[in-house]
Amino acid sequence: MIGLTDFTMAEARDALRARTVSASELTHAFISAIEGARCLNAFVTETPERALDMARQSDTRIARGDARPLEGLPLAIKDLFCTKGVRTTAGSKILNNFVPPYESTVSQNLWDAGAVMLGKTNMDEFAMGSSNETSHFGPVINPWRAGNSNRNLVPGGSSGGSAAAVAGQLCLAATGTDTGGSIRQPAAVSGIVGLKPTYGRCSRWGIVAFASSLDQAGPMTRTVRDAAILLRHMASVDEKDSTSVDVPVADYEEGLDGGVKGLRIGIPKEYRIDGAPPEIEALWHRGAEWLKGQGAEIVDVSLAHTKFALPAYYIVAPAEASSNLARYDGVRYGHRAANTHDLTDLYERSRAEGFGAEVRRRVLVGTYVLSAGYYDAYYVRAQKVRTLIKRDFEQAFETCDVLLTPATPGAAFAIGEKSDDPVSMYLNDVFTVPVNLAGLPAISVPAGLSETGLPLGLQVIGRAFDEATVLRAGRAIEVAAHFGATPKKWWAA
Amino acid sequence: MSVDKQTVRRIAKLARIALPDERVDPMVAELNGILGWIEQLQEVDVEGVEPMTSVVAQKLRLRDDVITAGGDATAIVANAPQTEDNFFVVPKVVE
Repeated sequence: MIGLTDFTMAEARDALRARTVSASELTHAFISAIEGARCLNAFVTETPERALDMARQSDTRIARGDARPLEGLPLAIKDLFCTKGVRTTAGSKILNNFVPPYESTVSQNLWDAGAVMLGKTNMDEFAMGSSNETSHFGPVINPWRAGNSNRNLVPGGSSGGSAAAVAGQLCLAATGTDTGGSIRQPAAVSGIVGLKPTYGRCSRWGIVAFASSLDQAGPMTRTVRDAAILLRHMASVDEKDSTSVDVPVADYEEGLDGGVKGLRIGIPKEYRIDGAPPEIEALWHRGAEWLKGQGAEIVDVSLAHTKFALPAYYIVAPAEASSNLARYDGVRYGHRAANTHDLTDLYERSRAEGFGAEVRRRVLVGTYVLSAGYYDAYYVRAQKVRTLIKRDFEQAFETCDVLLTPATPGAAFAIGEKSDDPVSMYLNDVFTVPVNLAGLPAISVPAGLSETGLPLGLQVIGRAFDEATVLRAGRAIEVAAHFGATPKKWWAA
Repeated sequence: MSVDKQTVRRIAKLARIALPDERVDPMVAELNGILGWIEQLQEVDVEGVEPMTSVVAQKLRLRDDVITAGGDATAIVANAPQTEDNFFVVPKVVE
């Protein structure tokens, strides 16, 4: 028999509408699943009472025929979204006790649509990481394990808690944020769908800022359909975020099964990188064949500046982070060092104690590349390279409608395996970072298993604000891949 | 370009992050690892290329200059480590 937590979000929505299940029953099932999976460390804060209260209100609305689009659907929220009255940490010690007096626009949109909040998910500190190992609250464990191994693997990052919660069936879907791949990379290595919308599609208001010109919120779900549903209700133009864009939000679910017949799929040759495992290349090739088999046209394209995307990103993102994180001063909110002798000492020690190693490192890199005498050589040059990267995409989209690439250079790795060398960790985002630099929408869809039985994803990149085509192509991959695999629930034994 | 100990101390000061003496050498190595890798950007010909200022082509919206929020000092200081009468308290700054 299918359990309540086995539902996709669309199935749960239909079951609630048909009244074969209540929002309270559904919510109870997920609360139990979360309690039984604490060893995964996917949640920083669980909010069961609030969830049940919201579910009861949903049941009342459903009973009187007044259901909203996401009525009664239990979701998890990345702990980067401020939630009014519920602690929001950004995975950092410096925000350990921060309780926002306001709600982020994206989460408010979800509650206004009737969704239920199960809790706040673990993440890399300030979203800086690709393995969820930089969290002050400890690493998240990937529900997936290789073959018969008992070794704990990372769920990717920075939205690792959200990825593990969706993959482990601890929620119907979750929110994530993506600055350089933080939705798509964890989605790929956790066997779920992750969508980074066009920059400006979702309001950034109330999301703890990392790199403001790159940050974007998006859905993390079990299916492409669920991503389509959730995105529609996350997205909005917002007076409180002047970079949110006033472009109509479509009913993405409607055109989802339109197919890819006649669609031109670009294959960027620069995404064939040395040292990537052959199974990644094979998966990519298979993905192109699937789309071709459904009537799409495969086009070879070039994105000439791809190899410079990561180094440009590691100038722009730390620079913006060093500026954004200047607000953590130990005075207005957050951690404050004890027994300080003057104001400078208070700032310096509060920040040294409150920030973890990776955050300190990036703030220092950012401060350096913005400092007098180095600004032009580093920051301005990186922003020029960014212009070239965006131009590459624009030229490619003259001959194709979407691009198909691998989502990650490999499957989930073991905890501790890459934490000694920052640069080797940064390379996890080699296929995702260019998209953020160009502000484009992209989806990661589970497309197969590695030799060791771990999930691998394919990425579809689209034109700005063309999430509809990205979702349609993602759906075509999903149909062809017949992925359907779920991790064994070893933690529940 | 690479950084030395003196530069790392200066950056840490600018960033207001205390860096104990024993952490200076390791930080020099870590930052030089990252900066050395970033150095490959020097290969790109950026002659005549405009630096990106906005990733999505759009005009910044303007709104009327009116008060839309505020007047709630209690909420603003609620998360502060130390307050007094809705003021933030810091160590003495002026002698």
